[in-house]
Amino acid sequence: MPNVMIKSGLLSLLAVAVIWVPALARAGDSLLPDVPEAQRRVSETQGCVEPTADMRRNHMKYILHQRDETMHLGIRTKQHSLEECINCHVSSARDAPRASSEQHFCNSCHTYAAVNIDCFECHADRPVAASGKLSMTPASLTVHAQTDEKPHAMLPGNNQVMATEGINHD
Amino acid sequence: MTDNAHTDTTRRRFLGGAATAVAGLALAPGVLLHKVAQARPADEPVSSAVRWGMLIDTNKCAKGCSDCVNACAKEHGLTGHGRPQTDAQWIRSVDLRDKQTGYTQTLPLLCQHCEHPPCVDVCPTGASFKRADGIVLVDKHICIGCRYCMMACPYKARSFVHETIDDQLPHSPRGKGTVESCTFCVERVDTGRTPACVEACKAENHNAMIFGDMNDPASEISKQLKKYNSRQIRADLELNTGVRYRGI
Repeated sequence: MPNVMIKSGLLSLLAVAVIWVPALARAGDSLLPDVPEAQRRVSETQGCVEPTADMRRNHMKYILHQRDETMHLGIRTKQHSLEECINCHVSSARDAPRASSEQHFCNSCHTYAAVNIDCFECHADRPVAASGKLSMTPASLTVHAQTDEKPHAMLPGNNQVMATEGINHD
Repeated sequence: MTDNAHTDTTRRRFLGGAATAVAGLALAPGVLLHKVAQARPADEPVSSAVRWGMLIDTNKCAKGCSDCVNACAKEHGLTGHGRPQTDAQWIRSVDLRDKQTGYTQTLPLLCQHCEHPPCVDVCPTGASFKRADGIVLVDKHICIGCRYCMMACPYKARSFVHETIDDQLPHSPRGKGTVESCTFCVERVDTGRTPACVEACKAENHNAMIFGDMNDPASEISKQLKKYNSRQIRADLELNTGVRYRGI
């Protein structure tokens, strides 16, 4: 009999908790992560590249898998690439929150979950447009193209030059 | 005995040729092997049918020209701290001088993307590795920053990142505590483009650098290598470098 009472007591506590947690979230309680909205949706029916619940639990596995495939096999599909995560989830505004901020998409939840990640020690934490350093394009190069090609002599004759000079270990 | 050895070699050559022919046929009807390599779909792994290489004609390298070096720095966001001894250098301009005659010349030196890379041999974690298509890379996720590879490299081609880096470019992740070097602009190559240095050299009309598949007899680099004499730096080490030079 006491067992049943304890059980029902626990159940009612659980019920209160279940009701209260979303209520807190609605109230904007600072304990829960305030995850920024993504920039766009993958499709009409789906927000992220995988169902949201799946992404919440398994995003690190997808990213890790893609990491090794890209690094070692040169597979550059976009669905699970970290770069695309950032492109969609982080604003390209110049004053967008950086990875160290709790306003940053990744860190907003990782702070809540007490997870430390080191992705952004190396990887860009915002879309390329925001970093202000755009990759060199052929168009930008042709502007400076010169027409006076320097004359060059056909080889031989200088085969005695020590190719290793200056680059050998002493 | 000699006859047997000779027969064996011939047989191997024949089998090798047959295997290549089968591989070529198996890909797709009407599609040539090198065409497939150029336009590899994003979801397909790199293949050892391709070996990326670079041919640098040092006769066309003007003294003081640093277009390739600048293009590399811009492409990968390599910013220094004014300390040339330790700042990252993926490609650098080297002046050579013949001690006897005093003749000097300039050449760009970068990771030579060896077939038998010493950096890969010595890496204790497997972070240094060679991709199937011959590009030698550092997997910075695994690199512990021991710098053994830097000591092993005969070309001093690798750099260590000593300081915290901010504002990296999305296609070129770099971070403190890891070793890095020329990647042949792997993210460009994977999408059918040429490395930034080659593109810049061509755009400035120097045309000193050619990039391409050394396994494909129809590629420009293979044709040039066949037609003109070229050299590997420190060929005596028998590393079979992916970067070849003319004019040294």
